[in-house]
Amino acid sequence: MKLDAQIPEGPIEKKWDLHKFNLKLVNPANKRKYHIIVVGTGLAGASAAASLAELGYKVTAISYHESPRRAHSIAAQGGINAPKNYPNDGDSIYRLFYDTVKGGDYRAREANVYRLAQVSNSIIDQCVAQGVPFARDYGGLLDNRSFGGAQVSRTFYARGQTGQQLLLGAYSALSRQIGLGAVKFYGRRDVLDIIVADGQARGVVTRNMVTGLLETYTGDAVILATGGYGNAYYLSTNAKQSNASAIWRAHKKGAYFANACFTQIHPTCIPVSSDHQSKLTLMSESLRNDGRIWVPKKQGDARDPRQIPEDERDYYLERLYPSFGNLVPRDVASRRAKEACDRGRGVGPTKLAVYLDFADTIKRNGRDWIVQKYDNLFDMYQRITDENAFEKPMRIFPAVHYTMGGLWVDYNLMSTIPGLFVLGEANFSDHGANRLGASALMQGLADGYFIIPYTIGDYLARTKFTPMKEDHPAVVDTLSAVDNTIQKLVAVQGNQSVDQLHRKLGRIMWEFVGMSRNAAGLKKGQGEIRKLREEFWKDVKLPGTALEFNQELEKAWRVADFMELAELMATDALHREESCGGHFREEHQTDENEAKRNDKKFSYVAAWEFKGVGTPPKLHKEPLKFEYVTPSQRSYK
Amino acid sequence: MGTLLQFYTSSVGKKLAVGLTGLFLCSFLVVHLGINLFLFAGDGGESYNMYAEFMATNPLIKMLEVVLVVGFLLHIFTSVILWFKNRSARPERYAMYDAAASSELSSRVTLLTGSVVFMFLVIHLRTFWFGSRYGNEAGYTMYQLVMRAFGNPVYDLLYITSFVILGYHLRHGFQSAFQTFGINNSRYTRLIELIAAIFWLVVPILFAAIPLYFLRMHYMTGGIV
Amino acid sequence: MNFTLKIWRQKDSASKGELTTYYTSDITSDMSFLEVLDKLNQELIKRGDDPVAFDHDCREGICGSCGMYINGRSHGPQRGGASCQLHMRSFKDGETIVVEPFRAKGFPIIKDLVVDRSAFDRIMQAGGFVSVDTGGTPDANAIPIPKKIADVAMNAASCIGCGACVAACKNSSAMLFVAAKVSQLALLPQGQTERKERVIAMLAQMDKEGFGSCTNTYSCEAECPKEISVTHIARMNREYLKAVLS
Repeated sequence: MKLDAQIPEGPIEKKWDLHKFNLKLVNPANKRKYHIIVVGTGLAGASAAASLAELGYKVTAISYHESPRRAHSIAAQGGINAPKNYPNDGDSIYRLFYDTVKGGDYRAREANVYRLAQVSNSIIDQCVAQGVPFARDYGGLLDNRSFGGAQVSRTFYARGQTGQQLLLGAYSALSRQIGLGAVKFYGRRDVLDIIVADGQARGVVTRNMVTGLLETYTGDAVILATGGYGNAYYLSTNAKQSNASAIWRAHKKGAYFANACFTQIHPTCIPVSSDHQSKLTLMSESLRNDGRIWVPKKQGDARDPRQIPEDERDYYLERLYPSFGNLVPRDVASRRAKEACDRGRGVGPTKLAVYLDFADTIKRNGRDWIVQKYDNLFDMYQRITDENAFEKPMRIFPAVHYTMGGLWVDYNLMSTIPGLFVLGEANFSDHGANRLGASALMQGLADGYFIIPYTIGDYLARTKFTPMKEDHPAVVDTLSAVDNTIQKLVAVQGNQSVDQLHRKLGRIMWEFVGMSRNAAGLKKGQGEIRKLREEFWKDVKLPGTALEFNQELEKAWRVADFMELAELMATDALHREESCGGHFREEHQTDENEAKRNDKKFSYVAAWEFKGVGTPPKLHKEPLKFEYVTPSQRSYK
Repeated sequence: MGTLLQFYTSSVGKKLAVGLTGLFLCSFLVVHLGINLFLFAGDGGESYNMYAEFMATNPLIKMLEVVLVVGFLLHIFTSVILWFKNRSARPERYAMYDAAASSELSSRVTLLTGSVVFMFLVIHLRTFWFGSRYGNEAGYTMYQLVMRAFGNPVYDLLYITSFVILGYHLRHGFQSAFQTFGINNSRYTRLIELIAAIFWLVVPILFAAIPLYFLRMHYMTGGIV
Repeated sequence: MNFTLKIWRQKDSASKGELTTYYTSDITSDMSFLEVLDKLNQELIKRGDDPVAFDHDCREGICGSCGMYINGRSHGPQRGGASCQLHMRSFKDGETIVVEPFRAKGFPIIKDLVVDRSAFDRIMQAGGFVSVDTGGTPDANAIPIPKKIADVAMNAASCIGCGACVAACKNSSAMLFVAAKVSQLALLPQGQTERKERVIAMLAQMDKEGFGSCTNTYSCEAECPKEISVTHIARMNREYLKAVLS
């Protein structure tokens, strides 16, 4: 099958408008005859479900959370980008487009990114209309701050809780539609597989997490908005339940998985403190606006940071990147932190941390100013570390945060399975090899509010549907396959808990498919993943039965899928013989240890076709054409 | 009427009813205290008796009395309904419940303190109101009734304790009513606290001073009326 | 550190539950309370016992999933944090810690410490929104909002919907939760058109869900992980009064 991204013709700034005009429409009266199933109710899913219901479609929304408000979008702190140019600092749609393509290290599709930048302004309008309390200046107008990878202030924020406020906005829109009966919401349902009938995505199989009963939901199209797969690393900033099962099952049913190795390691997280650590906590990157990152010049310098004089400190980001300084993109900041620690200059008890110091800003602007701006972040830091960052520099270290890879989608956000649409972090589309800060919220909402409502109509209008019944072979087969796998899991009765095995997977991934990778390590990693997968299926231990509330079973299903996905991540990383964005191959770096791309050979999206567990997947390439932003060595100097 | 019913059937509406009647009862307390203060006039009860007579016979006051009774009943009835509803909102209790960590005791025991005040009220009405309205066998004036009643240290103790408890009831109740009316912001908080202190502190102290005054008189005069 | 944990175990909504005692050792002070439960669960699984079910997700105090009644208090003995943000340094070595689910008629127990808080969603569905469809909205800066107002609205909006207010209230009242949303939208110009209908509808749904009424003990504010002020309840009362009277 040849990949067709369906990118419209025309100049980049006209593509989306022309495309919208060319899309087929569904007559308002006919919309209610179409039934759309939305899986996941975070920013992308909730905004899509609400917007589609507003248009008149019949919508079923499914989430493993008890309520849409619990989705992990809620944890995004920093902000959301939009080139409103309110600060009058020279921003434009084109500049946001340019920054995002460049920030993604030229591995994103230009047309998608341009559209994202285009609709982002409407997102801000939409959210304000919903009553999202964005930060304002004293004149009552919206305030902006700057973020990594940009030299303009275009980030809208609501204290350090922007994701929460945006999600609650989308949740309120969704709640309104649920209240009106236009959306049926099913919470505490785990989507375990996708029903594909006659080549079309027509439904999902879920497990009711309260009763353990399997259920099926069928309709005319399925939207997956299930987030990223960072939990393949066990320790990450993702929520504990974040998982890849829905997209991975879709992949196994025929949806290509793109750029699986593009993982974002976020530079400003609270360092790991003990073996019992269950998850990592992110400190918003907005802190880099006012904090200075440094390590002692001397190796193993264990002095209290306040006792280390200025001339014995290395503000390495400011030294290496004078023009962007502490605001270099995430991948660069993370890699440099790791490098400093690798060279024995790490700080704190584990020596796996660098300082983020606010002393200068506090001296300049006062403590109150910091409280105003970062309030909850300093509080959060103290809560976790028992240290006061007003007095002592914060210790930070990179942690797995976001996955740019995901299911391959075309310009319409449809995967290679007709009728299966993928939104938000779950797809691969807009961030290339590295996502800039404050872009995840932007993409999730762009997909949900302003793209899918148009593109799904085109699919529905063009497609002939046969009615789906409970006894359709596709439904029956998928259901029984899911049931069999559950029975298999429960029957193993081994000796290791799911968490134990998941931790092992995490260690392999962090070591071999982590922040910097090499061919030998990746090969070794692949082998270890395979071994661990076998171990999992022989030795996993589940308490209880499948027909009850059973959180271990939920985890087991997800970890089983991670075990397969992890191998694809390693395979993708191994095949990509270049460094770009979050994917750093030690064999491919410049003399200054910067990522060295190979545009000649790798300027493409790697879309993988599933060929069976343990069987190498088949690579399909979607070439990337850069007509507007000329790929160059990214420079933030 | 429909609106009023809808209002009263809602939980916030009921709370407003309790608050409104509560404040109304507070206003009654002030009037009552105002008259009582004439007990201290030192004129052998002349002015006090005059006001007592006025209160007992004026037809307007008699009408207001009905309103007062309705206010009392509404306050009590609504509070009891709310109490049952609130209890049923947690069918299974906590094994460990550290309410003191998050709230003032006075705010959690209003039904209890209110009940004590109510029992006092019954006794109080029997002693004084009944006497003023329907006369008494010995033909005492109101002032004499007061003197006699407060000559009894046990009755005084009961009276004073009841006012301490009323004070505690109002310690929560007064400001709580304002919260329920929606008046709680920094501009008025201090003022409300100040007025609240008059009600939960000054008013009960003044009421409690009466039995002490008469007890002292009782012992100084050897108990002769 | 070592602790004795007394945890509420209840098989499902239909069964009766009871406190069961467990002993944990080798706990470090920087572990979070949920990590202690993780550790206990690992031991239970090893032993072939049923692990303790509890809701949790983001583990950074924002998703509102976790909610336990720890030593007689919502989210335990800390101020301004969710159960996941509670660290063992808040306890004394050797202490006995009682862990119960959030208890309220409006929050039926699903299993162990997991409760069903969908009542909150239904309250939101009754009116916790501005009726604006996607698209066709004016420019964001067309509606200036004084910073002071926006800040107060944001304070209210920071509610994470965990239910600590209900759990702490002696009346199991959901007033703080409802007020946070009503107040946020009453403060902002966007919320004006549906101001009256909203407060009436949300309060009616709250009553219907079986939550108790507010007796102004202010436990909710004291136990709220986001420290949302009861002045929002006052504002909601005012809104309600205005809505009913006009």
